[in-house]
Amino acid sequence: MRFLIRRLGFFVLTLWAAMTLNFFIPRMMPGSPEEALRERFSKSGSVVSPEQLRTVLAEFGFDPDKNIILQYTEYLKAMVTGHWGVSIGSSLGAPVTTLIGDALPWTVGLVGIATVLAFVLGTLIGTIAGWRRGGLMDGVVPPVFIITSALPYFWVALVFISLFAIGSNPILPNDFNYEQGLTPGFNPPFIGSVLKHGILPAGTILITAIGGWILTMRNNMVTTLAEDYVRMARAKGIPNRRIMFGYAGRNAFLPNLSGFAMSLGFVISGTILVEYVFNYPGLGYMFYNATVSTDYPLLQALFLLVTLAVLICVLLCDFAVFLLDPRARTKG
Amino acid sequence: MSALVAGTAAPAPTAARRPRGGLWRAILHNRKAMLGAVLLLLFVLLAAFPHLFVPWLHGDPRAIGDLPLEHPSGKHWLGTTGLGQDVYAQLVYSTRESLIIAVVVGLGATFLSVIIGVSAAYLGGYADDALSMLTDVFLVLPTFPLIIVLATYAGKGNLTVIVVVLILTGWSYGARQMRAQALSLRNRDFLESARVRGERQSYIIVVEMLPTMTSLIVANFLGAALYAVLTAAGLQFLGLGDPNSLSWGTMLYWAQNQGALVNGLPAWALSPGLAVALLGVSFALLNYAFDEISNPALRPVRRRRARSH
Repeated sequence: MRFLIRRLGFFVLTLWAAMTLNFFIPRMMPGSPEEALRERFSKSGSVVSPEQLRTVLAEFGFDPDKNIILQYTEYLKAMVTGHWGVSIGSSLGAPVTTLIGDALPWTVGLVGIATVLAFVLGTLIGTIAGWRRGGLMDGVVPPVFIITSALPYFWVALVFISLFAIGSNPILPNDFNYEQGLTPGFNPPFIGSVLKHGILPAGTILITAIGGWILTMRNNMVTTLAEDYVRMARAKGIPNRRIMFGYAGRNAFLPNLSGFAMSLGFVISGTILVEYVFNYPGLGYMFYNATVSTDYPLLQALFLLVTLAVLICVLLCDFAVFLLDPRARTKG
Repeated sequence: MSALVAGTAAPAPTAARRPRGGLWRAILHNRKAMLGAVLLLLFVLLAAFPHLFVPWLHGDPRAIGDLPLEHPSGKHWLGTTGLGQDVYAQLVYSTRESLIIAVVVGLGATFLSVIIGVSAAYLGGYADDALSMLTDVFLVLPTFPLIIVLATYAGKGNLTVIVVVLILTGWSYGARQMRAQALSLRNRDFLESARVRGERQSYIIVVEMLPTMTSLIVANFLGAALYAVLTAAGLQFLGLGDPNSLSWGTMLYWAQNQGALVNGLPAWALSPGLAVALLGVSFALLNYAFDEISNPALRPVRRRRARSH
């Protein structure tokens, strides 16, 4: 029980730390949000009165005349209760929650599926490679995937584009999430288009993410196979397949679980570059755009959301480990 | 008693020296480590003496040329940019900044990991709880968005800011590993004997403990350097670096902005990324090799060679 309370405490503490960072970074850095806003407004040619500016900034929780501690508590309250304000970027005035709601399914669908796929495939390949030490697979797998795991996301994306999406007859589209002009819904052309637009970005994530899972799983497997209980299982004459998955694999998998939880949480942040290269209108691309247009409210909300996603995944993983691993229960 | 103390103190230097000699031999005998080291050496040479690789270039590789968007040819090996700059020359001269970022961030982040991880393990109690919590918080904070936010607010293009931010966001994973290893060392006999000898705590940590952690520290440095190379290139690619700097990420940024791929110039669009990838690969290979060196169980099995001996 102490273990769970500790983890819950960690959850709250980290969330608070993230929100605090979120609050203080814009206020500590040179150049005030007010200036950035005025500059943006004057660039777009619209005339904004100081009162209007003040209203927008108040939405953002920024009021230079107010006590900083008061501002901070108000900001925390607004963040926790979901009052995330309105965008001051390219879609001026739109509620941040609506904008995020529009982009969220695309990122979760594309990157979430690719991440889960990379984890499942990588763990399987790693298990097999670690099981057959010195086999053909173990000779080839580590060097190849050391290399793929060190490739930059965006470079793989660019290579894909130049191979498949550029030239006289491009095989696959290289930007956006579906063909313009199609009506979104459950109709074959739309679904087909969505899938086609997802292949390259998903492939990019798969190639760069799978290597890490394979390598750590292989190494965990190798270490676990040297344990006495595996030797014991062999001596008892338990079929190899059961030892591989039920004894060694299961134990080698546990340390990987927390890594997987974190990577699920990082789905949103990890794909900024991929979504940027493919102009894919998900949360990563939205984050990039919010930075370019100094859209503070949107940026804050996205940052909070990413942290929340990581924390929830880590918390779920803690509970899973608590259920799966008796040692975690007794350690306290 | 004095004989006992002398007896335990004497083997310490040899014990400290042995892994180093073994380390070199291990690197020479590990194919992954050799490949990684050769690649890294090449990049170090490129960074130190770029003019040797582009002897015909006089002046700044950023100078605007009169033949924009050239395809690769004998004169311009990788073609030219939209401003007529030679892509190959830029690529060579960009090595320096990318390598410096990697090394500085690698050193800084490793330093922080060692300090925080080892002191957490060594001090124990509440200090350990606090430091571990700090590590976990930094581990979970979404790094890349945080870097983007910081880089944006702190003024785009400031290299120092990028380096500091990368160090601050890159230490936590290593600190966790350091703490685990230091914890396992804490109650070993050689540390106990140093304590009995009455050595200062700082002496015990620096002279007795750290040498036994060499391979983990090196692996950590390589991991942090890999992280720095990839992240810095990503940031610059997004346009958050100094657009006038000579670095691979900045080259990628301009290639993307001037439509290198659309203009049918894949050499320009892809070669800086390939350089980033190769530098990353060299760090990753060395890192993995160090894992094998410190944990012999992970080494590849070579039956044939063993028989021929």
